[in-house]
This record gives sequence, structure tokens and C-alpha cells, in this order.
Amino acid sequence: MKALLLRDLRLAIRAGGGFGLSLAFFLIVVVLVPFGVGPESDILSRIGPGILWVAALLATLLSLDRQFALDHEDGALPLIATSPLPLEAVALAKALAHWLTTGLPLTLAAAPLGVLLNLDPAAYPWIVLTLGLGTPALSVIGTFGAALTVGIRRGGLLLSLLVLPLYVPTLIFGAEAARRGAQGLEVATPLLMLAGITAGSLALLPFAAGGVLRINLR
Amino acid sequence: MSIWEYANPKKFIATTTPVIPWAFGGAMLCLLVGLVWGFFLTPQADRFGSTVKIIYVHVPSAMMAINAWAMMLVASLIWLIRRHHVSALAAKAAAPVGMTMTLIALFTGAVWGQPMWGTWWAWDPRLTSFLILFLFYLGYIALWEAIPDPDQAADLTSVLCLVGSVFAILSRYAVLFWNQGLHQGATLSLDAKENISDVYWFPLLVCLAGFILLFVALVLMRTGTEIRVRRLRALERQAQRALA
Amino acid sequence: MMPELGKYAVTVLSAYGVTLVLLLGLTGLSWRRWRRLKAEMDRIERGRDG
Repeated sequence: MKALLLRDLRLAIRAGGGFGLSLAFFLIVVVLVPFGVGPESDILSRIGPGILWVAALLATLLSLDRQFALDHEDGALPLIATSPLPLEAVALAKALAHWLTTGLPLTLAAAPLGVLLNLDPAAYPWIVLTLGLGTPALSVIGTFGAALTVGIRRGGLLLSLLVLPLYVPTLIFGAEAARRGAQGLEVATPLLMLAGITAGSLALLPFAAGGVLRINLR
Repeated sequence: MSIWEYANPKKFIATTTPVIPWAFGGAMLCLLVGLVWGFFLTPQADRFGSTVKIIYVHVPSAMMAINAWAMMLVASLIWLIRRHHVSALAAKAAAPVGMTMTLIALFTGAVWGQPMWGTWWAWDPRLTSFLILFLFYLGYIALWEAIPDPDQAADLTSVLCLVGSVFAILSRYAVLFWNQGLHQGATLSLDAKENISDVYWFPLLVCLAGFILLFVALVLMRTGTEIRVRRLRALERQAQRALA
Repeated sequence: MMPELGKYAVTVLSAYGVTLVLLLGLTGLSWRRWRRLKAEMDRIERGRDG
């Protein structure tokens, strides 16, 4: 599992993988929003946490479809499947690699990008905390979606259609916690729900993803 | 004689074909009576004016939108556990019907909301949940369409339906938490008499029965169609192999 | 015969109209596909017997 994880990480960082790409996408979305809604700093600071969350969500989506598709194309996936490692663990390793190469950098990049949106100083720790807590769920859910569409040619668009509705609860609780934290309101409930979604997804979805991979490799 | 005998495709078609006209007839009758009764013969409500008549299409379609998904969930489970093809095809057949019901519920809700709340669309929990449900239907149907192998498609969509159900329920609570909303609470509980008077209640019941019958008829018919599509495809493949 | 709908006539009528159109459309499409496939199936089965 560790070997697979390391291999995926190396592949992502080397061959122009999604690593830099999703970060750049994140940056561009955040830069574009003020052009769309106008430069008033009070509006921007109010919608800032939500923008950062939606942009992060779209950026994670961007690198999902190459997760299994590359291995599927060059025939590595059946080989991985025949290894003693169960496919559930493969899915988990893939999700972890995806998070390390997109979720984590996005979380870290969110704080400097917050400056562009005139975020309230009180909002920074909350944005970083909620993104750090929520992006693992996004990665695992996305891995499930990628496993579901692995056999489909040009599955990228379908993948977005399948995964985005599944992202709704994570987005709501994450953005809500960030917003409330920024305004100094009570945050325990959305934060706990967000952590619950992440924990639940981490615990259960690798099984669904593994099962789906098995079906796709039949 | 067990219920699983109907999982035989041939038997399913043979049994359900005579049922379909009856279900359709019943649906037409109930809808005709219920809608005419509701539209022409009920008084206006104090608060709602004549918009109260929308309830006869709004509430049943909303109920069927959810029930259709529930039926797809059960059918998916049966397929995953017992691998009866009819079950998988029934789930496939129900999805467009459920999606249409969701669309009707959304549309009637929007035109009702306009005069009542002063806006076509509010990010009210129930409206939002239905919009999300609509997206789930879209994704489910798109996945069916995208996979050429029918058994694989049935497997994958079933898993999607299971996972989707969990997330749909999660979304429901998330949305409820996110915005408390304008929608009135459940008007259709068992003690409905407290909320809604008999004048409106009886035609609504008839409409509900009509929508349920229509759903049954449509799903039976569409399942039969899907069975034939698969059979035709199997025959074609056989013929090709015979030629080769 | 037409009931008094007051100022909400457009609202109520459009709700009923769209519902009926969607339901009839769905039924019509399902019905057409059912008949087409049944005809095709019957033809093939007759062909195999004969």
C-alpha cells in the first residue's frame, strides 16, 4: 500500500500530473470571482469563505478523472488488482495520494488567497481548519466517483455530474462552519458534522469504491 | 409459489401485460376524478386563494418523486443481493418517471411560491432538497446511458443508488441546517385533519391514488420494454455469432 | 363551468398545464417505445418459428 501510495505521489508530481494544475485552477477561480461580482471589499469578505470552498471543490474535481483512468489505459490497473493488496486498500491509497497532492496544497493555499478576497483576519484559521477537515472527504468521494466511471471513455464530464451532488453535504457544512467561525458564531455543530462526514466517508466509501473497481475489471 | 417467480423475465411480462391497462385505466379514472374535483369543486382557501388547487398536482408528484427513488433503492438492493435482472431493469425504468415527478414538483412549487412568497425560487430546504434529488436522478440516468454492458451498468448504478441514497439523506439534513426556510411543515401526516380540512383532503387522496397507479403502470410498462430491449440485443448477438 | 380563479388564474392553470403535459409526454413516449419493441419482438419470434 505504501509502495502504491509513493508511486502515485511520484507520478502526480512528475509528469505534469494534476499537482500544479489544480492549484493554478484554484488561483484562477479565486481571481475571477471579483471580476464577476465587483471589487467592493465588504461583499468580497462576506462571500470569501464560500468562494474559497466552492473553488477548492472544483479544483479537487479537476484531477479526479486521471486517478484510475491512466492506470486503466496503460494496463496497470489489472496488475494492481492481482496483487495481494485488496482493491479497497488500493482505493484508499489512491484517495490518500489525491488528497496529498490536491486537498492539502489547496488547504495551505487558501490562506494566502484569502488576502485577495479581503477576508476578515478572524476567518483565516477557520478556512484552513474546515478545508483541512473537509477535503479528505472530497478526495474519498471523488475516488468513488472515479472508480465508478473508470471504464467509460471520456468519463470526465459524467464524473462531475455524479460527484458534484455527492459533494453537497460536505460543502454545506464546511462553508457554513467557515462562515460562522468568521463571524464569531457557534461552530461546534457544523464542524462536528463535517468531521463526521469525513470520518464516515473514509470508513465506508473505500469499500464501495473497491467493489465498483472489481465490477469494472470483470 | 413465491414472489421470486416473477423475477423470470418471461413470466414478468406475461403477468404484468394484462395488469398494465387496468393500472392505466385506474390511474386515468382517479386523476380525472381527483383533478376535476380538486380543480372545479373545491372552494378557495382564505390564505392561499385559488392557488390551493395546485396542491392536487404538487403534493402527489413530490411524494412520488421520493417514493420512486425509494423503489429504485429497493430494486437495486434486490439486484445486488439476488441478481434478478428484472429488478435491475425495474430500477432503470423507474428513474425517468421519478425524474419527471421531481420536475413537476419543482415547477408547481415554483409557480406556487411566486404569489405566496413573492419569489419564484427560494433556497428553502424542501425546494433545495428536491433540486438535489433531481441532480441525483440525472447522474443515475446518465450512468445507465454511459455503460454499454447491461450487467455492469446494473451493478454500477445499483452501487451509485445506494451511496446516493445515503448522501441524499445527508444533504436533506445539511440543507435543513443551512436554511430554515419558508415551506409549511408536513400537511400530509396521519393526523392531517388538523392541518387540512376534508374538503381538500378527499380529492387529494384520490389524486394520490391516481399518481401511484400511474407510476405503477409506467414502471411496469417501461420494465417490459427494457426486458425486450435486452432480449433483442441478446438475439442479435446470437445471430452474429451464428454467422461468424 | 370555469371556476373563479381570481388573480391567480395564470399560476394555477400553468401548474396544471405543465403537469398534464409532462405526464402525458412521459406516458406517450413510454407507450410508443413499448409498442415498437413489442412489434419487433413479435416479428422475430414469428420468424424463428416459421
